[in-house]
Amino acid sequence: MKNILGKDIPEQIQGYKVVKPFQGAFVDLGEIKKKEVSLKNVMPGEEKVLLSIEEALKKCDIKDGMTISFHHHLRNGDYVLNMIIEEIAKRGICDIKIAASSIFPVHAPLVEYMKTKVVTGIYANYISGPVAEAVSKGYLKHPAIMHTHGGRARAIESGDLSIDIAFIAAPTCDTYGNINGVEGKAACGSLGYATSDALYAEKVIAITDNLISYPACPIEISQEYVDYIVEVESIGDPKGIVSGTTKVTKDPVGLKIAKMTSQVIEASGLLKNGFSFQTGAGGTSLAVAAYVKELMKKNEIKGSFAAGGITGYMVEMFEEGLFEGIFDVQCFDLKAIESYKNNKKHQGMSASMYGNPHNKGAVVNNLDVMILGATEIDVDFNVNVTTGSDGMIMGGSGGHSDTAAGAKLAMVVTQLVKGRLPIVVDEVTTVTTPGETIDVVVTERGIAVNPKREDLIEKLQKTNLPIISIQDLKKIAENMTGIPKKIQKHDEIVAIVEYRDGTIIDTVKRVKD
Amino acid sequence: MERLRRTMLFMPGNNPSMLQNSGILGADSIILDLEDAVSITEKDSARILVRNAVKNIDFYDTELVVRVNPLSSDFGMEDVDVIGRAKPDVLMIPKATEEDIEMVCEILTKIEEEEGFEKGSIKLFPLIETAYGVENVYSIIQSSTRIIGILLGAEDLTADLSIKRTREGKEIFYARSKIATACRACKVDAIDTPFADMDDLEGFVADIQTAKSLGLTGKAAINPRQVDTIHEVFAPSKEEITHAQRVIYAMEEAKKEGKGVFSLDGKMVDAPIITRAQNTIIKAKLAGLI
Repeated sequence: MKNILGKDIPEQIQGYKVVKPFQGAFVDLGEIKKKEVSLKNVMPGEEKVLLSIEEALKKCDIKDGMTISFHHHLRNGDYVLNMIIEEIAKRGICDIKIAASSIFPVHAPLVEYMKTKVVTGIYANYISGPVAEAVSKGYLKHPAIMHTHGGRARAIESGDLSIDIAFIAAPTCDTYGNINGVEGKAACGSLGYATSDALYAEKVIAITDNLISYPACPIEISQEYVDYIVEVESIGDPKGIVSGTTKVTKDPVGLKIAKMTSQVIEASGLLKNGFSFQTGAGGTSLAVAAYVKELMKKNEIKGSFAAGGITGYMVEMFEEGLFEGIFDVQCFDLKAIESYKNNKKHQGMSASMYGNPHNKGAVVNNLDVMILGATEIDVDFNVNVTTGSDGMIMGGSGGHSDTAAGAKLAMVVTQLVKGRLPIVVDEVTTVTTPGETIDVVVTERGIAVNPKREDLIEKLQKTNLPIISIQDLKKIAENMTGIPKKIQKHDEIVAIVEYRDGTIIDTVKRVKD
Repeated sequence: MERLRRTMLFMPGNNPSMLQNSGILGADSIILDLEDAVSITEKDSARILVRNAVKNIDFYDTELVVRVNPLSSDFGMEDVDVIGRAKPDVLMIPKATEEDIEMVCEILTKIEEEEGFEKGSIKLFPLIETAYGVENVYSIIQSSTRIIGILLGAEDLTADLSIKRTREGKEIFYARSKIATACRACKVDAIDTPFADMDDLEGFVADIQTAKSLGLTGKAAINPRQVDTIHEVFAPSKEEITHAQRVIYAMEEAKKEGKGVFSLDGKMVDAPIITRAQNTIIKAKLAGLI
């Protein structure tokens, strides 16, 4: 069958639940019940702190075929996923499904476990490094399921993704299972991606390197959800967890794109009191923030909130009074962690609160402007952030699709040509985010507006900004680079790209060696 | 109509990605550099790269200038011949003398004939960066009708004078004034020397203001991030904009009435005044002032 974007979707995919083709970004998801979670009582005097991971696995009755989950606040510094899977493999367990909110190069040991069938399935919102390469080459038994941040929370809450054991990497945990991310040597700030796991997994194990006496206030994930606690020497390398600073780009092309982006935001009419904004941690994204900051100051605009993964730069804007508050699902640097710890208006949010399309309203629904990246964008404005020019998986949606759907103005900012490759193409290799949710693409050589945004086109035509059609943008790119040949792939599906509502928006086929 | 030349941005001639993007950086002119930016071992490869860039890359409306090596060097003559055949808008000639200009003109005339280019279509921009150049700037400009402007190169000039280059730039007051005056007399552009310290925004703005106040018409930039600041300082004042608007209005009214010659505030308005008014309006529009 084909989904609404014309992508071929098999009726059945081995190792995957019921296939539901993508029908559009704003389909009514109906009324459902949340997943039930087994409970048993904990008697007064019972100990939760266990001596080893081995003991915790035994207590949770780890078995072949189970789904275990992880969250990625420790990013490329994470030790927890590797230590757990190593322990599981030692016990001779196999056919494990890993539901990690993101997978990084540090998780390379998974590749070997994929080959030996200890791990046969992966659910993730973002995969980079050796694991992404191994999945792309077909080393994983079942196709990897690529979620969005909000879609993962939705899948967990609805029971589409049922977690047997959730492992919470806890920078600080007390002896009764209260967890926070603001203290400890692996402090990472908000633990927003772990919330759904803690609430809906059958068993929850906190892994900490900062076990403190009761209570560990402030509490981010509380004792009522945590079954066991294991103390280890280290849960992660702080160097891989946070960068000391995140900086605005000095690249002149990046700066030009950022400046034009800020001019589009200004012309859109959204930049007024109550303005809400999200941008990433990359140099160009931060440059957009820098130009927006200038405009807000010049026009004395008091914004409502900044959201998402939070950088020191957004904190600076907040501290200068440009926003009333911050919604933080993940801290990107030390300054963000410090602010999250000390400022009550720097509010944590769960991935569900952030972007789940099937709850009582996500933060993304209140976003005015979202700044997004793209590996490729096609003439229908569909965006690929999942696969690279070699057809390999090199990322994934993360919050891309969630924020694009929610924001009033979803802007893709990108160089038109990267590494000799055109970024605007006829058809993206993999659709991550549907074009109907993308409003504008800003490149150094022109700005293309989605034709459905007639209101915006009208506003932008009154400015000096270089507004051109996306087809023309594509032609400019191709004039510079030529048209690259299509990547040759096998028919075998190695990954399924799920839209935030759980439908299949695209698949990734196995790359040829 | 004459071009706006508020900024002339240097781009190294040996960096493909920078060459590719140089037309979109907002400068009025870009100078693809074969001289100081290119080490001696890369002179030939940069020449080929720049030639191909001139031929193939779209620089949009940006004026395309190529700075060749000094004619006295081992590379200058070949630069002129190879690059001239790719037909950039302008060649910039370092440490220019009258003889250099004559020699270049001879080669260019030959190239234009052989390649079928319009005669005199490749323009010249002498770089004045020696004591000789400063003292003879008027006669250098007069040595060819191809010359459309002068760039002051203060680093080499102060080296030639054995004096220290300073942040305030008092030492180049004479050179700036002399060049500005000679250029105005010959109706060509006078472009100021670049400012090197990217971290000193205050000093940079003051430096541009000084150049503008002495009659220089634009400034060279060595980093794309300098372009906006230069444009801001060179943006016309409110009074200049109002005056320009009145000139244009008077011109349109005169046209309607079929008058060839007209006056404003009792003064006759001639072609250079109209051109200047039109440029002022363009500058004001580009700076977002109207």
